[in-house]
Order: sequence, then C-alpha cells, then structure tokens
Amino acid sequence: MFGILSYGAYVPMFRLSRDQIAKAWGGGSGAGEKAVANFDEDSLTMGVEAAVDCLQGIDHKSIDALYFVSLTHPYQEKQAASIIAEVLDLKPDTFTLDIDNSPRGATSAFRLAADAIASGSAKKVLVIASDCRVTAPHSGDEMLFGDGAAAFLLGDARPAVTIDNAYHVFNSFMDTWRLPNEPFNRTWEDRFIFGEGYSKIAPQAVAAALKQFKATIKDFAKVVLYAPDQRRHTELARALGVDAKTQLQEAFFNNIGHTGSAFVPMMLVATLQEAKAGDKILTFNYGDGCDVHALTVTAGIEKLRNRRGIKKYLASKLPVSYYQQYLIFRDLVIEEPGGRATRTSSLPVLWRERKNLVSLIGQKCRVCGTVNFPLQRLCIECQTEGEFDDYPIWDKKGKIFTFSMDERTVQPVAPSVACIMDLEGGGRFYGNITDRDPATIDVGQEVEFTFRNIHDGGGLHNYFWKMRTVRG
Amino acid sequence: MSGSIKDRVAIAGMGCTRFGERWDTGTNDLLVEAAYQAFEDAGIEPKDVEAAWLGTSSSGGTGMTLAEPLRLQYIPITRVENACATASEAFRNAAYAVAAGIHDIVLAIGVEKFKDSGMSGMGGGGTDGPGHAMLSQGLPPRQFAMLATTYFSRYGLSFEEGKHMIGRVSWKSHKNGALTRNAHFQKEVSMETILNAPMIAWPLGLYDCCGVSDGAAAAIITTPKIAKRLRKGKEPPVFAKALQIAISPRDGNYNSKYDWTHVEATVRAAERAYKEAGITNPREEISMAEVHDCFSITEAVTMEDLRFSPRGKVKDDIESGRFDLDGAQPIQLDGGLKCFGHPVGASGLRMMYEMYMQLQGRADEVLNPGMPSRQIKNPKLGLTHNLGGSPDGCAIFVGIVGLEGV
Repeated sequence: MFGILSYGAYVPMFRLSRDQIAKAWGGGSGAGEKAVANFDEDSLTMGVEAAVDCLQGIDHKSIDALYFVSLTHPYQEKQAASIIAEVLDLKPDTFTLDIDNSPRGATSAFRLAADAIASGSAKKVLVIASDCRVTAPHSGDEMLFGDGAAAFLLGDARPAVTIDNAYHVFNSFMDTWRLPNEPFNRTWEDRFIFGEGYSKIAPQAVAAALKQFKATIKDFAKVVLYAPDQRRHTELARALGVDAKTQLQEAFFNNIGHTGSAFVPMMLVATLQEAKAGDKILTFNYGDGCDVHALTVTAGIEKLRNRRGIKKYLASKLPVSYYQQYLIFRDLVIEEPGGRATRTSSLPVLWRERKNLVSLIGQKCRVCGTVNFPLQRLCIECQTEGEFDDYPIWDKKGKIFTFSMDERTVQPVAPSVACIMDLEGGGRFYGNITDRDPATIDVGQEVEFTFRNIHDGGGLHNYFWKMRTVRG
Repeated sequence: MSGSIKDRVAIAGMGCTRFGERWDTGTNDLLVEAAYQAFEDAGIEPKDVEAAWLGTSSSGGTGMTLAEPLRLQYIPITRVENACATASEAFRNAAYAVAAGIHDIVLAIGVEKFKDSGMSGMGGGGTDGPGHAMLSQGLPPRQFAMLATTYFSRYGLSFEEGKHMIGRVSWKSHKNGALTRNAHFQKEVSMETILNAPMIAWPLGLYDCCGVSDGAAAAIITTPKIAKRLRKGKEPPVFAKALQIAISPRDGNYNSKYDWTHVEATVRAAERAYKEAGITNPREEISMAEVHDCFSITEAVTMEDLRFSPRGKVKDDIESGRFDLDGAQPIQLDGGLKCFGHPVGASGLRMMYEMYMQLQGRADEVLNPGMPSRQIKNPKLGLTHNLGGSPDGCAIFVGIVGLEGV
C-alpha cells in the first residue's frame, strides 16, 4: 500500500500581527497574525527544517528521490532540491527535482511519487513543500500571505497513512500569476476570479473525485480544503456539506496565513497530528486545476507523535516588534549606500568544504575521541594527523557556553548574537543565534542547529547553520 | 630555551608620534616623525642605521614602505606583521639581530594609517561572525564581549558588578590619557558616563572599547656598549630583559577545554618572559605595565594572566586602585590603547616608549601642559603586552625592559 511513512512541518518563529500592518498603512485590520520567515530564511531553509522534522529517526541514506515544491524557489535557475539533498547528506544517486508554478504542486508530487514507487524506481520519496512569500507592501496579499513548510516521506512499506485514491484535473483559468521579472503576484477582479474560477471549479472537482472514489463527504473524519482566503474556505466547506465543527480542518489564516504550495501540506500535517487509526481524510488542492486525495490513517501514526509539526511550531513564537522590521526581513527597504560592508564568497571554498559547511559534518579523532569542527588536518586536542571519522553535528543539541550581542553587526537586524556552544557528546561550535529574544538568552541555555542563509554576498545565497534556543 | 635576551641589547633612543585622527598626515609623515625623534634621542644619523624592521598591519607592503620616506640607501629592511603584536615583533626581531652580533645599530619602527580607510571602527572587517569556510571571526567587540560574559558568569559577578569593574578600568585609563600630550583621547570620563554609554557588543559599551588611530613609534636598538656611549651625559639606556611571543593554535572556538576566562597564550608568554628575566613574583617585581586593553575586559583578564592579580580576584585590585597612576602597580600610564589610541602596527612600540620614558624619568616630557606629573617614582622594570587576534586564538607578546643591573 502506497502512502505516507512520515510527516513534518515548519512554521517560522516570527509572527506579524495584522494590526501592525493596518497601523502602518491605515485602513482596516485583518484578524490575528501571520507567520513570517526571519531575514535569514527562505523557502529552501524552511524546507530543510520541515524535512529534518519529518526524518527524525529515519536513515537519510534510505531516501531514493527528493521533490522540492515551491512558488518561491531561491533561484530562478539552479535546482534547490540538489542543495537540500546535500544539506541532508542524501546518497549520491538520489533523484532530485524542483516543482514550481502551481500552489497544488505538493499533491501533484504525491502522484509522481506513487508512479515512481509503482514502477520500482524508488522505494522512499521525500516531498518537501515550502514558500516564503514576498508581497507588495500595502496590498491584500500582504495581509493574507504567510510563510511555512511541510514535508512527507512517501513509500509502500507499512505507511502510517495510506493514500487510497487520487483524482487530478487541469484547468488553465488565470487566478494569480507572476511574470518572470516581477517580484509580486498579479490577479484580476475578485468577482471574476472567485465567481467564475475557484467557487465554480472547486466543488465540481470534489464532486467528480468523490464519484470516482465511490465515496461521500460524510465518509471522511477530516477534510482538508485549499482556499484562496478564509471566506472562500468557509463557503466551499458549506457547499460540500462539510461539518465545520467536526470535519473541517482549520486553514490557519489567522495564525499562519496562506503559505502557497505549503498551504494544503501544512493543513494535512496538522490533521495527521490529531488523527487516530482508522480515520479517513479527504484532501483537496487547487491551482491550475485540482488534486483530490482520499487517505486512511493506520496504527503506524502513533510512531510519529514526536514530530513537532504545526502544533508545536505554532506554539513557539516571537512577535515582529514593528512593521518596518518585517520589510527588512523581506529585503523591501532601500538602504543608504555604503551603510554596510560588501560581503563575498568563494565558490571553490564552498565547493570543497560542502560536507563541513552545508551538511555540518565534523570529525571525531580515532586516537583521543575529540570532536573537531571545522575540518582539521591535525586533531585540535592530540595533534594526530589525519585519523578522523565523520561525525555529524547538525543533529546535536548543546548548551550556550558564552555569548555576546553585537550592535555593530552587518546583518540586517541588530544585535547579532554571537555564541559559543558546547555540544552534547563533545565538540564546540562558534556561530550566531537566530530567532531570538536577546533579553532571554543566557549561559547554560539549551540550543539546537537551524539551517539559514548567512548572506547573499557575491550574488548567491550563502547557506550555513546557526543556533537557536530549542523550539517545540 | 637555551638563550636569553636579558641585558644583551639596549635601547639608545625612541620616538613616538601623536596618535589620533591625523587627517593632514600620511604614512610617510608618521614614519619620518617617529624615526627622526628616535634618531635625535639616540644622537645618531640615519646613515648609522645598519638594518631596520618595519611593523605594519595594513599600511604598507615590503620594506620599501620604510626605505622610501626615509630614503634609506640599500640597507636590509624586513617588514613584519603579527596583528596587534606587530610593532613588538619588529622590536624582538631587531633585538635578536643585534644580540646575534650581526648588526650594531638597528631601527625597529611600527606604523599604522587607519583613518584613510573611511571606517570609524576597525576597517576591513565587514563580516559577521563565522561565514562559510569559518574564515571570519567577526569584528573584535563581539569576540571580547564573550570573554566578559564568561568571566562574569564564572566568578558570580552580577551584570552591574562586572560592568562596574570593567568600567573602572577605562575610567583609570581616561584619567591617565588626560595627562598625556600625544594621546588620541585626552579627556577624563565619569563612571556614570561610562556605565550609561551605548552598547557596542553587550556587555561591552562604548567606553569599554579602545580607539582606532593613526600613529607611529620607533626604537634604536644597539649593543649595551654602544648604547652607553651614545647616551653619555644623558639619561641611561634601557635594557631588554625579556622578549617573548606565544602564538596560540587558534582552537578556543572549537575546543571545549578553553574556559573563556583567560588567554592561554598570555600565560605562556608571560611565564617564559619571567623565566628569561629572572622574575618570580611579578606582582611585586614589575613596577608598571602597558598591556593590551583593546577592551576593558581584556585588561582585567590580562592582570590575572600576568599574575599581577590572583585568579578570579582582579576586581578587588581594580576597585581598590592598585593599577591607578598612584597605585602600587600602575597600568596604562599613558592612557593605554583606550586613550593613547591603537594604530595596530605601532602600538607595541608606543607601549615600549612609555616604559622607556618612565624608566629614564622623562615621562613628563610628554605631559599635557598644565597637568600634574605622570612620572612614577623609581620604576625598575616595565612590562609590555600585546594581544593580536581574539581570546580564542591570538599572537601574544610579553616584553620586559628595565635599567641596567635590575
């Protein structure tokens, strides 16, 4: 039986209240808040976070294929999936693929995974959906959109959730689109977009799918529905006869926002975190057509209870203190020239040290057992030459040994918190703490690694690891 | 260690420019200013210089940086660089050439022209902690601030107690700097101002950080015999007692054994220097010192590393005024890096200059007009210390100079 072997999700630490946006521009406020990526995050780094959550206790080398789904890939040309595969230290012959352009890409990727597994080309497929959505200041999308990611490991060996039926239909209707050289989405008058588009197409697709699945909406314990906004979400549920109180999965408009291609995947993770064996789930995804899936939860779901998922990441948060900080996060502020030193990178260095820098794998001395990081030729402790075994440190937690707060930083948000961390099981790491409330940091606090974009010097995204106080 | 520099070389003359924002002065001017002061003090002609060692961190390239402005004619010149220990490293190498009997009269000179860079802090940083390839440590304040965090935490100092301790370090240096004619900053600053200044890198505020300056300093090093001849009828020459460099393998950020409350290379260099000079109790035997107070916490920790204060107890000595100009063991008699300023390639020789002037009883020659005396009574041995790098990894110089027979 094909299905979901594991799931994970990621909600960035920062939340921007819609009151803050309204205060900045005048006019009415939306409800609640939205999740926003920090300045050092993008779709790729959030995708890594969701994958790390999903792959707890799972051998990364057992993965045969990785599909990375996003509307906001960090590069127009340059595959993000290959970078993520490097970060996760997947085996060299892992099949990697980027999927883009449609918000329903993740559920379409379920189909690709099903076909790959059926054909025998893969046994385990990792699907990651992630979006970091840049919107025009003072726009409707600014109120609506949020950032986040979800990941699923798919396969046919005793899945925790079986994927029983799938229905796919395309549609060339123009809802929203973005031109190659424009930063923000375009759309048309909403009476047309919804009246002739979503509100017509969605119920038809669900009805057709249910007919094909030989099921009725009442068969499902939970229903996960894509919607362009809260109002349409409620309307579609009503039109389909979904009971809002018991059956309808919450869409998180009021605490995360619309996360594009991660929207339905994140809702599905939230559903699975609450699901019990025997539950049947219907998912409906939309964008340039529709994907509808019917799933059944098995007893294997209990083994996945330690995932942070939506539930734990939602509970762990910090407020964006003022609206302009959000603009700085999204690089939407024009800075005075010469204000910050130019930062550069050397591609040859990044390339030859990728295992160290990107996969965050250190060395353990075979003679004295000392953990060495960054890469050494001679052990820092016993000075033996070249007697090392690989020693992953990305998955280790540690304690703050010392720290400082640099107000003269070149990073966009001050202070930059420098930190020396002593790792559980040995080893020491020097770096920055991110996603932090400077007032609460102290010596001895437990910290963990998080994958981030250090800077964009040299016209490329320079990824590395930072530390954060443990979430979830 | 088979050899010792003790009493094998002497300083016949020294010079030091005004440190600060020398907008109207270039590298060449600074070098000429310092060198000609030293030539005059030693009573020699430029042609008497047989060889030279030029220290500069970023204001020059080869020995020609010195040969060109001084029009030195085809003599050997070595440019040295060892971060903030650069000038002292020039002095050490020059002294070794004399001790080896290769040269009789040599020039050690250090220069830095920082203020042409357009940066108000240390230029050329532009980085923010470890980027890819771990090449960058980040700018100095964040590194030394971590020293303060750990020191406070380990010895149970509250933020207020720790902050007052390091603030008192800078308060003392500003008091001394106000007396010193050639210092970059010549103003006393109140404890209240120091404690309430904006943070640069928590817990270090503005007055916990030293200045970044232009400047040059020079020394004429020769044999004891020649030095005595040159200084006949003048104040006596000053003798090298110990010159030690210790370079750490730079592992403090990676090796959990490093405690971040001391600087191991300072301890190592100091112990070697004490052995070389025959000193057993530095707290009592060293009359005075100029140490590397790039940040106030650095000076505090250095007092313990040099065994001037017992481990973990420097607060008592700082707060009781032991290191003040009128204290038992004055430190930073000219204002230190904090107030005299910090042109990286010149600082080590500036420190040596203050020790030299104090030992000869000439400190008031560079007194700020109208200010009380800076000269301390009967100094016998002076110590200089540089820290090039950051606590986790650095080049350390510890030198001891003194009068003959001490």
